[in-house]
Order: sequence, then C-alpha cells, then structure tokens
Amino acid sequence: MIRILPFPLLSLLLWLAWMLLNGFSWGHALLGLLLALLLPLATRPFWPNVPRLRNLPRLLRFLALVHWDIVVANLTVALLILRSPRRLRPAFVELPLALTDDFAITVLMSTISLTPGTVSADVSEDRATLLIHVLDVDDPEALVAEIKQRYERPLKEIFEC
Amino acid sequence: MDSLVEFLVAAFILLGAAFALIGSIGLARLPDFYLRLHGPTKASTLGVGGMIMASLLFFSWQAQTLQLQEVLIVLFLFITAPVSAHMLAKAAMHRGLARRKDTKGRPWKQ
Amino acid sequence: MLEIALPVGFALIVLALLLNLYRLLRGPTLPDRALALDTMYVNAIALIVLYGIATDSKLYFEAAMLIALIGFVSTVAVAKYMTRGDIIE
Repeated sequence: MIRILPFPLLSLLLWLAWMLLNGFSWGHALLGLLLALLLPLATRPFWPNVPRLRNLPRLLRFLALVHWDIVVANLTVALLILRSPRRLRPAFVELPLALTDDFAITVLMSTISLTPGTVSADVSEDRATLLIHVLDVDDPEALVAEIKQRYERPLKEIFEC
Repeated sequence: MDSLVEFLVAAFILLGAAFALIGSIGLARLPDFYLRLHGPTKASTLGVGGMIMASLLFFSWQAQTLQLQEVLIVLFLFITAPVSAHMLAKAAMHRGLARRKDTKGRPWKQ
Repeated sequence: MLEIALPVGFALIVLALLLNLYRLLRGPTLPDRALALDTMYVNAIALIVLYGIATDSKLYFEAAMLIALIGFVSTVAVAKYMTRGDIIE
C-alpha cells in the first residue's frame, strides 16, 4: 500500500488537475489515474521527507481562514496604496519559528506572502528565523504574535504534533 | 442570460480589474523596491482571482454545468506568486537595494 | 450589464499594464524591472481571461495557463540569476 501510493493526497490532486484540464470522460479518468499513480512514484526522490498530514478538518478550516484573510487584507492594502505613501510605516520584522519541518515552513511563508501587507523575504540557514517585510506596521511585536497565533499554530497542528 | 448571474459576472469583472489596477498603481508609485513588492504580489492575485470567478460563473451558466477548469490558473498562481516574490526579495537583498530611510529593522546580509 | 462591465474591465487592465510598462522602462534597478515584468504576466492572464468572457470562447484558457507557467519560470530564473550570477549551478 505504502509502496504503491507513497503520497495519496498528491495522487488525488494530480488526478483532479488532470480531470479539470481535460474535462470528464472515462478514457481521461483512466489515463489520469495511471498518471496519478506513476508520477508520485517517479518523482519520489525529489521529496526526501514529506510530513504526514495529521489533521484534515483543521487544514480545510485553515484554507478557509487564509482565503478570507486574503480578501480582507487586500482591501486594507488597497487603501494603503491609494493613500499618501509618506504615511506608510514599513519595517523588516524577524519572526522566530516554532515549526521545524521544511514543508510546513514553506506553507507558512506562502501564507504570509499571499496575505497582503506582508512578504516573507528570507529564512535563516538554521530554519530558526523568518525575515518578513511589512508594508505598514505600528507594533512589530504584535504582528509577530498575531502571525504565530493565526497561522503558525494551526500549521503545527496540521503537519506536526 | 439571467440578470442576477449577469450582475455577479459584471461585479467580479470590475472587482478583479480594480484590484489589478490598484496593484499596478502600487508598483508604479511606491518609493522603494521592498514596498513595491507588496502591490503586485497581492492585488494581482486577487485581481486574477476576481476575473476567474467571473469566468467560472459565466461559462458555468452558459453550459448549465459546473465548469471548474479556470480554478487551475488560480491554484497555480497562489502556489507560485509567493515563490517569485521570495526570490525577488532575496535578489534585492543580495544586491543591497536601498530601502526607505524610516524602515524599521534591516534586511539580512546575503 | 456586461456590455458596460467588459469595456470598463478592459480599460482598467490595460491601464494597469501601462503602469507596469512605466515601471519596466523606468527601473531604476534590475529587480524592479523583473518585478514589473512578473506583474505584467499576471495582468496579461487577467486580460486573456476577460477576453475569453468577451468572445464567449474557452479557447483562451490554455493561453492563460501557458503564460502563468512561463511567467513563473522566467521570473524565478531571472531572480536566481541576479542572486547567484548563474541559473543552473
């Protein structure tokens, strides 16, 4: 089971993407199934240690939260951009990471970049600190606390224990 | 075409186009590179998101079935946009691009 | 309603593309230009999707997808070149 389907979720995603690209027909369903089985096997060496997904409902709630935040923060940033740029208070902020897994860190960085107003600029060699550039911040520490509470904690629950 | 669907499609088109424009305004007028990075990577993603929503609604209504193809574009953009933003930020820090003087904190040495 | 929303949408996106072009020409640094080009890719995708709605054709979906793919790869390649002075080490 493990040997045939190393990454069941990746296989499912590949199959869904294939079906979306080609539209539904039984032939494509079969071909997609074949690709969804073979591609993860073929690309296995590229994924040295993928974390187990531990909490699917939590992941779905996290995705919903992120999408909502993207919309809300987009409106905020739109206003910030249209105001006078002189009133912006930009900052580089360092965020100490509690996550240890590379993939989880990547997801956190993507989340930070996608929610407007913050861009993750770099991660330190030892994976202990994240460098974030913020468009407009009053209290950097409060921002770090919010990111940790809002995004990092759920990710920790989803990918690690 | 049903007028409610038409209204929604029109609303999503205008929303998407407005956000695409605001992102580009940010790119054009903000004073330093790190600030400019914020405009496009955000508003453009929602800009395209709005367009895709409009397109989904429009074609699903035309065919009277759910047409989800376009979701792939949004999915792809949402996965790749942070990566390109990250790479560009790294490149900027490596070249030591100037930041606005009142920026708190400092970029790391590359 | 669409007959108003479509031209307005086109106008806004084209204006966005012109602003990107301004940043692309003006610079002042290489990362700025790369960022402007990346934004142009994203806006071009929006334009193509909008054109698909306007012409009531799904033909353009593949074009939008291809621009998304090419845009990402080229931006990453350019950014990598700017940091390392090389694309494939």
